[in-house]
Amino acid sequence: MKSDNRQRVKGEALLEIRGLRIEGNSDGVWHPIVKGVDLTLKRGEVLGLIGESGAGKSTIGLAAMGFARPGCRIVDGAIMFDGIDLRAAPEDAKRKLWGARIAYVAQSAAASFNPAHRLIDQTVETAVRDGLMTRDKAVADAIDLYGRLQLPNPRTIGERYPHQVSGGQLQRAMTAMAMSCRPDLIIFDEPTTALDVTTQVEVLAAMRNIVEEFHTAAIYITHDLAVVAQMADRIMVLRHGLEVEEAPTREMLREPREDYTKTLWAVRKLAKEESISDDVTLSVRNVDASYSGVVKVLDNVTVSLPRGRTVAVVGESGSGKSTLARAITGLLPPARGEILFNGKPLPRALKDRDKDTLRRIQMIYQSADTSLNPKQTVRDILGRPLEFYHAVKGAARDRKVAELLDSIELDESYIDRLPGELSGGQKQRISIARALAAGPDIIICDEVTSALDQIVQEEILTLLMKLQKDTNVSYLFITHDIATVRAISDEIVVMHRGKVVQQGPKTQVLNPPFPAYTELLLSSVPQMDPDWLTNLLAERARAKVKA
Amino acid sequence: MHPVLKTVLQRLGLGLLTLFVVSVLIFASLEMLPGGFAQAILGQGATPETVAAFNRELGLDRPATIRYLEWIWNVLHGNFGYSYAGAGGSIKKSVSAIIAPRLYNTFFLAIMTAVIAVPLALFLGIMAALYRNSLYDRAVNAVTLTTIATPEFFIAYLLMFFLAIKVRWFPSLSTVSEDTSFLEHIYRAALPAITLTLVIVAHMMRMTRAALINLLSSPYMEMARLKGVSQRDAVIQHALPNAWAPIATVIAFNLAYLVVGVVVVEVVFVYPGIGQLMVDSVSSRNMPVVQACALIFAATYILLNLSADIVSIVTNPRLLHPK
Amino acid sequence: MTAQAPQLRSVRARRTLWENTRRTLASAPISAWFGMIVIVIYVLAAIFAPWLAPYGEAEVVGRAYQPASEQFLLGTDQIGRDLFSRLIYGARNTIGIAFLTTLLSFAIGGTLGVLTALKRGWLDQAISRVVDAFLAIPVLIFALMLLAVAGKSILNLILILALLDSTRVFRLARATALNVVVMDYVEAAKLRGEKMGWIIFKEVLPNILPVLITEFGLRFCFVFLTIAALSFLGVGIQPPTADWGSMVAESKTLITFPVHTFPWIPAPFYPAMAIALLTVAINFVVDWFLHKTSGLRDEK
Repeated sequence: MKSDNRQRVKGEALLEIRGLRIEGNSDGVWHPIVKGVDLTLKRGEVLGLIGESGAGKSTIGLAAMGFARPGCRIVDGAIMFDGIDLRAAPEDAKRKLWGARIAYVAQSAAASFNPAHRLIDQTVETAVRDGLMTRDKAVADAIDLYGRLQLPNPRTIGERYPHQVSGGQLQRAMTAMAMSCRPDLIIFDEPTTALDVTTQVEVLAAMRNIVEEFHTAAIYITHDLAVVAQMADRIMVLRHGLEVEEAPTREMLREPREDYTKTLWAVRKLAKEESISDDVTLSVRNVDASYSGVVKVLDNVTVSLPRGRTVAVVGESGSGKSTLARAITGLLPPARGEILFNGKPLPRALKDRDKDTLRRIQMIYQSADTSLNPKQTVRDILGRPLEFYHAVKGAARDRKVAELLDSIELDESYIDRLPGELSGGQKQRISIARALAAGPDIIICDEVTSALDQIVQEEILTLLMKLQKDTNVSYLFITHDIATVRAISDEIVVMHRGKVVQQGPKTQVLNPPFPAYTELLLSSVPQMDPDWLTNLLAERARAKVKA
Repeated sequence: MHPVLKTVLQRLGLGLLTLFVVSVLIFASLEMLPGGFAQAILGQGATPETVAAFNRELGLDRPATIRYLEWIWNVLHGNFGYSYAGAGGSIKKSVSAIIAPRLYNTFFLAIMTAVIAVPLALFLGIMAALYRNSLYDRAVNAVTLTTIATPEFFIAYLLMFFLAIKVRWFPSLSTVSEDTSFLEHIYRAALPAITLTLVIVAHMMRMTRAALINLLSSPYMEMARLKGVSQRDAVIQHALPNAWAPIATVIAFNLAYLVVGVVVVEVVFVYPGIGQLMVDSVSSRNMPVVQACALIFAATYILLNLSADIVSIVTNPRLLHPK
Repeated sequence: MTAQAPQLRSVRARRTLWENTRRTLASAPISAWFGMIVIVIYVLAAIFAPWLAPYGEAEVVGRAYQPASEQFLLGTDQIGRDLFSRLIYGARNTIGIAFLTTLLSFAIGGTLGVLTALKRGWLDQAISRVVDAFLAIPVLIFALMLLAVAGKSILNLILILALLDSTRVFRLARATALNVVVMDYVEAAKLRGEKMGWIIFKEVLPNILPVLITEFGLRFCFVFLTIAALSFLGVGIQPPTADWGSMVAESKTLITFPVHTFPWIPAPFYPAMAIALLTVAINFVVDWFLHKTSGLRDEK
């Protein structure tokens, strides 16, 4: 689609939204979610809506169909779809449009497909019901769409039930379902967010091709700039229910006008200066581990962590990277192999380790919501490890807590707050301070930034680096996000299906020559370049021909 | 083996195991009777010789495991032993003979109630779920909450007072015998049935409403709506195929609840069912009858829950269509 | 990705306990208010029964079946005791026994439930299987049978019902605690090396307390109704102790003579209404509490 941008944008206006205001209800109070947004979409054009959580992008996407979720209401503005006023249109009229002329692709295909019906029946439902096609014709067409979307065995896959196919395949099947009536407009609501990067590439390519082929207009909602850069002709940046700026994709990437848009790029620029050290503090040797005793989740894993450095463990879901953390902490005693800590073997099970060993290995979790007890104040959360490990009590404890708050750049006044009274980023800071309070040698960070918005991610990563400089602590940083790896690591461990594919200094791992899996993983990470996907697909096609 | 068959068999096995454990529990609780059966029947004044003779006569001097096996063997053949009513004497009346007509009466009442209550409750519950937070929904919430919190015997006396004593539509006491005709039986059992219906409907429609709201809020129902499926088709084609399991659970739970509800209601209306029999036998400590009644109630309860689980299993698409 | 911004609870919203309570109460709906007032009246009646009741609990003060008068507010019963006095003492006995039973049931079921959730393993398996068997028999039926075995006495009644009910409490406490035990903050406490006591009392208990309190209200209603039913059936609380369930049974013949007590209302209805009013009141309060703690989950 990049090749014929100009031609695609030429169509007349299909969707026009003016002064859209939407409110949401929480605890009986209505508060604004979308505060006056204008949007125009031409026929055959793809508009990317991008923003962080709370920006109101999904709400706008649904409003483009004239739909508001229960607990939300459209209070003001006009929504015109091809001359039809969707705000004034009765439910019946909208129902005729939905599925037939405006289709929706949801984030979680697994939850959005009805578990009781075959894929093919759900795919052709709208077309057959609206009498657009006979059932036979609709089925033949669906098989054709499955093929175009690169689904395996397009003839028979429709006979399967949703739980019988993988997440990436379901997401493509849902695109086929949306396309079955050849709608004028498709709303893609974070369709690849739940997928692993290597799967995401295939789904993105399939979606892009089919939208292009049928000249369908689309609204593509995501929080990932690199993804939207591949998909959209134009990008609109949203924040707190308002438009920040809007521009054609290339222009937006080349020279964003607003400060907020510029900050969205920030994390990509953050990069730690690589520093190598031979002073190993933790050494995992030939470790096997499994939950059931049958399937090995860790298979002969060897990893070493130098003092005062950061080793990033990267892999997709099911790679065993979180299990590695459980083996090190003693929650899942390894079945084979040993773990050396400062040169001495670490007892396998948690209960066999002494207090001082426990103190030296701390952990920070992905979700600060579940890792901080909602009934304890910051004083208790941070004070407990001080009291427990260092026997600091009373006023001295409070002073130490204040110092800790200062080191994570929070004000002393936070001491009496409950986790529910903190933002996501602040909560994660408290988690970091709790780990620091122990005075550890090692902190295991398990996906600590993946639940956060980009800007907050950058702040947290910067803080972690500062703290490392101050205290010489070592990080074992578990993540699936390559950008984060680039930002924080000295060394990288690549894991795949329970095995270590590669460990080495950052510059070595991130530069050729690559082992096959590392290559696949790295090349699948979307780049900010709008031509990235096109080039990648071409390259992979060439490689295939060669092979 | 097909996963559905496998899961059903597993569940059946578990049901049998539960029945076994329950029968042991019931048998064992009788073993804990202070002084044993004999003392309970013959009274405190009985000499050790009479007690020993009594025990020998009934075979109570043998080990408990033997007696359990014998008891359960007989129960499986429909023989619940002999009633102790008027015991010490020579007339031994078989428990099965006492229970059989009363069991018929109780099932008559339970089925009569279920026939009215189940469709009514499902209908009202579905309406409340579809029009949730409407005035109707709120009113129904308050009324059912009140009904659930009210003791059955209060509802029973209220109905008796208004429908039998004030307006005289129904007899205030539901005496039936083996000669009572079918229609007469229905007429006489009407008040107990209405009482039970009120209680069951309240429970059941609340549960139906909750189960349905849970179902209707699933992402695939939103997807159906965004595909332009009409409300009627969404409910029939998208919600219903997934609703069998929750509906079966709701029905089974409430029929099981009915099993307990009959006890009090039978006593209020002097309806000669197994519930009243059990209460009388508890008062007179006629243990074989109590034992038999408890086992029948528990077995009904277990079988109902078992059938709900089996419905859930055979309608689960994940099990029906394995990977 | 949710459409709504995460709502940051402001710190100022957290005030003193008293102010919080006042604010919460101010937002309570009429039904909850009604419920709370009724509960308070019942508790006061139960505590101050000897001062409130004009006559003694089992005192024969007149002829049998005397109609309502200034002397006997609700008339007398079948052996000439004052019905009004017995109604007030009934509050003390019926509520007191149900409350004790529920407390005992929670002490057993709650403790075991939380413990087994934390320390999985063979004990958890064993207890859970036994509880499953108990759950397969309706409480009323099992209670009837055990009462037949053990004999009718208040102590037996309390012990039997507490035992049977604790199986239900166990299941709920275990399930609720399991939801909390898998939380990362509990894992963090384990990794820190905390002892079991700290984990139970500081990490788990504060988080399952709201659920347990709600359940206490519901279990109390259930126990209370079961005791009333058993007493009504003549195998629960025994005469001469005044109790609402047995009072209904004792006066049931009077249903045909509504003129006997207050005009229009037959005598057995007073104790029955006393039972119903309390359970309805508790249910209203619990319903409000549930709605408050669960938020608007229902709406979606």
